[in-house]
Amino acid sequence: MFGYYLDLALRSLKRNKVLTALMVLAIAVGIGASMTTLTVMHILSGDPLPGRSSHVFYAQVDNDPVPGDSHVDPPDMMDYQSAMDLWSAKRADRQALVVNPFPEKVSAPGVNRPPLMAQMLSTTADFFPMFGVPFEYGSGWTPDDDTHRARVAVISSNLNDRLFGGIDSVGRTLLLKKGAVRIVGVLKPWRPSPPFYDVRGGRFANGDTSSFYGKPEDLFLPFSASLEMNDGDFQQFNCWANPPKPGYLVNAPCNWMGLWVQLDSPAKIAAYREFLDHYAGEQKTLGRIRYTETRLRDLMQWLAFNRVIPRDVKLQMWLAFAFLAICLFNTVGLLLAKFLRRGGEIGVRRALGASRRAVFAQCLTEAALIGFIGGFCGWLLTLLGLWLVRRQQTPYSDLVHLDVSMFAVTFVLAISVSLLAGAMPALRASRIAPALQLKTL
Amino acid sequence: MELRPILATLRKHRIPAVLIVLEIALACAVLCNAVFMISLRVRQMHLPNAIDERGISLVSVNGADPKLAASDIPRDLTALRGIAGVTAASVSNTVPLSTNNIGWSFGTSPDATLATQHTVNLSMYFVGEGADQALGLRLKQGRFFTNDEYADSKLGSGVLPGIHVAVLTESAAKRMWPGQSPLGKTFYSKPDYYQVVGVVADVMRPWVSDAEHAYNAVYFPLAPDAMTSGYIVRSAPEDRQRVLQQATQALQKLNPGAVVKGRTFTDIRNRYFADTNSMAWMLVLVCAVMLAVTAFGIVGLTSFWVAQRRRQIGVRRAVGATRTDILRYFQAENFLLASFGIALGMALAYGLNLFLMKHYELPRLPGVYLPVGAAVLWAIGQLAVLGPALRASNVPPVVATRAA
Repeated sequence: MFGYYLDLALRSLKRNKVLTALMVLAIAVGIGASMTTLTVMHILSGDPLPGRSSHVFYAQVDNDPVPGDSHVDPPDMMDYQSAMDLWSAKRADRQALVVNPFPEKVSAPGVNRPPLMAQMLSTTADFFPMFGVPFEYGSGWTPDDDTHRARVAVISSNLNDRLFGGIDSVGRTLLLKKGAVRIVGVLKPWRPSPPFYDVRGGRFANGDTSSFYGKPEDLFLPFSASLEMNDGDFQQFNCWANPPKPGYLVNAPCNWMGLWVQLDSPAKIAAYREFLDHYAGEQKTLGRIRYTETRLRDLMQWLAFNRVIPRDVKLQMWLAFAFLAICLFNTVGLLLAKFLRRGGEIGVRRALGASRRAVFAQCLTEAALIGFIGGFCGWLLTLLGLWLVRRQQTPYSDLVHLDVSMFAVTFVLAISVSLLAGAMPALRASRIAPALQLKTL
Repeated sequence: MELRPILATLRKHRIPAVLIVLEIALACAVLCNAVFMISLRVRQMHLPNAIDERGISLVSVNGADPKLAASDIPRDLTALRGIAGVTAASVSNTVPLSTNNIGWSFGTSPDATLATQHTVNLSMYFVGEGADQALGLRLKQGRFFTNDEYADSKLGSGVLPGIHVAVLTESAAKRMWPGQSPLGKTFYSKPDYYQVVGVVADVMRPWVSDAEHAYNAVYFPLAPDAMTSGYIVRSAPEDRQRVLQQATQALQKLNPGAVVKGRTFTDIRNRYFADTNSMAWMLVLVCAVMLAVTAFGIVGLTSFWVAQRRRQIGVRRAVGATRTDILRYFQAENFLLASFGIALGMALAYGLNLFLMKHYELPRLPGVYLPVGAAVLWAIGQLAVLGPALRASNVPPVVATRAA
C-alpha cells in the first residue's frame, strides 16, 4: 500500500512543479537555517570530557577581603597561598593547578626555523591523566618533576609541527626567555571544545564568550619551574589591592590560579566539600580571609556557571527556529491548497470505497515525501551554512562540522516538520464529502 | 471599496486566511527584532574612533631582550622614520580594538584605591614620543606630552608610571568631572596621582564591552620600555601596504631574535568585529529569505484562491464588475489579511523583545521599528498578491455562463 501511495505522491508532485518546488524550498531553507545553528550549538554545548566530566571539579574559595566587592560567589580564581595550600593537601584523587603566563617566544636550537610566540599553560603533573590528554610521543612529567622544579615541557602537536616538522622531538631542547626546557612529551592533536580548564570570568563577559573556544596552549610547563622562569609575566584574574610589582603574583593580593580536582565517588565529593569549608573556616580564624563561601562545581556546572555558549549563537538558534516556524506555516498553507484542489479526485476515491484513513495516509505520504526531498536540500544548505561558519574568523570556526547524529537529526526534523505541516491539510482532505465533489465533476 | 463581502468570503476560507495571518505575524515579529539587532551591531561597528584608522599600521616586536629596550626602541624608530612614505612613527603598549587591555580604576578623591567604589575604570595607553602624530590623535583641549615628560616617565615597581601627567579622552574626562573643565584637575589611585594636561577626541578602548563605556581611556607618556613593544607606523592610506611590509622587514632585520608581526589597523578592526559582522550578515540573510518565503507563501495561497473562485469572478464580471474591480478586490483582501497579521505581529514582536531582554540582555525595541516592519510587510503582501490578482482580473465573464 505504501508503495502505491508513494507512486501517487510522486505523480501528484510532478503535476504541479511550481507548487512542489515552493514547498520543498520552504522546508529546505527552514531546515538549512535551523540545522546550521543547531549544529553550532550542539558543538559548543557538548561535553568536552565525555565520561569523565562528572568526576572533575573546579574549587573556589572567597579570599577577597574587601566588603564592598560582590561576595555572592567566590572569585573565579585563587591567590597563591590558597591554591598551594589546597593543592599540596592532596585530598583529591588527582589535582592540578592551572595558571596562564603571558605568551612567550619559543625557539629550538639546531633547527632552522624562526622563533615563534607560544601560548603557555603552567600546570602540575596530574593535568594530563586527569583530563585524558592524548600523547603522540613521550608522556607528561611526574609529580617528582613538580617538586624538583624540573625544567621540562610538554608541547602540542601544532608546535611540534612548526618547530620540528612533526618528528619525535622528545629529549630535544626549547629555548625560552629565561632558560631552556627539555621536551618530555608531544601531544596528539587535541582540541577540547572548549578548552574547559581555561574557562573563567564568563559571568563578566556580557555573553561575548566565543573566545573560550580558542585552541589549547602550545606549551605546558610544570608550575614550579614556570614560577622561576616566568616570574613577572603572570596575569592576574583580579586584585583586591594594588599588587606591589605587576606580574610577580606570589605574594600579591591577586587571584590568578585555578585548581581542578578529580573525585571518583560521591563520598569523596562530600569529603572534599567539607575539606574546602574547613579550610575557609580555618583561614578565617587565622585572619587571612573574611568570607567563608566556597564552591565545588563539576565541569559541566562550571561551564554553565560561566555561560560559555556565546549569546549570539543562542540568538541565532532562536531566530532560525522562528524562521522554521514561518516555513512550517507556509508549507501548511501550500499543502492545504494542493490537497483541496484535488477535491474531485479524492471524492472519486472515497466514492470507490477508500476510507478516510486511506486518504489521510495518502496525503501524509505525499507530505513526508516533500519533507524527505526538502530534508535532502536542507542538508545541502546546512553544509553550505556550516562552510560559511567555518570561513568566519570566530575562534570556534575550525570545530564546526556535521556529525552523524546531526545528519540524522536533519532528516528527522525535515520529515517531522512536513508531517506536522501535512497533518491538518490531510485531515481536511480526508473529510471531503464524496457526494458534493462528485456533483461538481 | 466595500469590505463586507471580503470579510464574508474570508470567513468561508478560515484556515488559509488564518495561515496567512499567522505567517505574516511571525514574519513581522522576527523582522522587527532582527532588524533591531542588525542596527545595534551596525552602530557598534561604526562607533567613531578619533585616530587615523586608514593610515595606521602596527608592528609588534615580541621576545626581544627587555634590558635593551631603552636603546633598541629609539634605533628602531629611526629606521622606521627613514622608510619612504612614513609620516610618523612611535610606540605604544596597545592600540584600540586589539583586545589587549590593561584597565585601572581611578577616582577623583585623593584616597581612591583599586578597591574604592565610585571610581572610573580606564584603559591605559602607554605611549612613546610622537604617538599623538603617529596615531593621528585630535587634541581638544590643553596639550600632549612634552619631550621631558616622555623622558622622565618610567614604570616604577608598580603598573603605573612615576610621572604625574596624563591625557584623557573627552568621554573619560566628562565621566570623571561632569560639567567641569578637566584641565589641571587631578585623578588618583593611591598612592599615585595624575594631573590632566590635555584632552583628546574620543578614542576607543582596546576592548569595548558596551557602547556607553567605549571611550574610557587615558594616555600616559613613557620612556622607551619593554612594555611598549608595539610600533605604530603612519603613512598615506595608499602607501600603507608597502610601508607595512618594509617596516616589518626592517624591524625583523634589526631584531633578529624577536618575533615580528605586522598588521594594518584595518586588519585589527576587522578581526575585532569579525563575530559582530558575521552575525549581522546572518541576520540580513535570515530576513531576506524569510520575506521571500512569506511572499511565495502568499503567492501560492492566493493563486489557489483565484483558481477556486474562477466561477465567482466570472459571475462578478458578467454582472458588470470591471477588471480593476476584481484586481482591487484581491488587493484589498490581502491588505486586510496583512493588517490582521501585522497587528498580531506587533504584539508578538514586543513579546519576543521582552523574552530577549530577559534572557539575552538586549535593550528595549524602539517603537520606530514597528511601523517600519508593518510597512515592509504591507509592501511584500501587495507585491506578492499582484500576480495572482492580475490573473484573476483576466478571468473572462464567459466562465460564469459555461459552468453550473
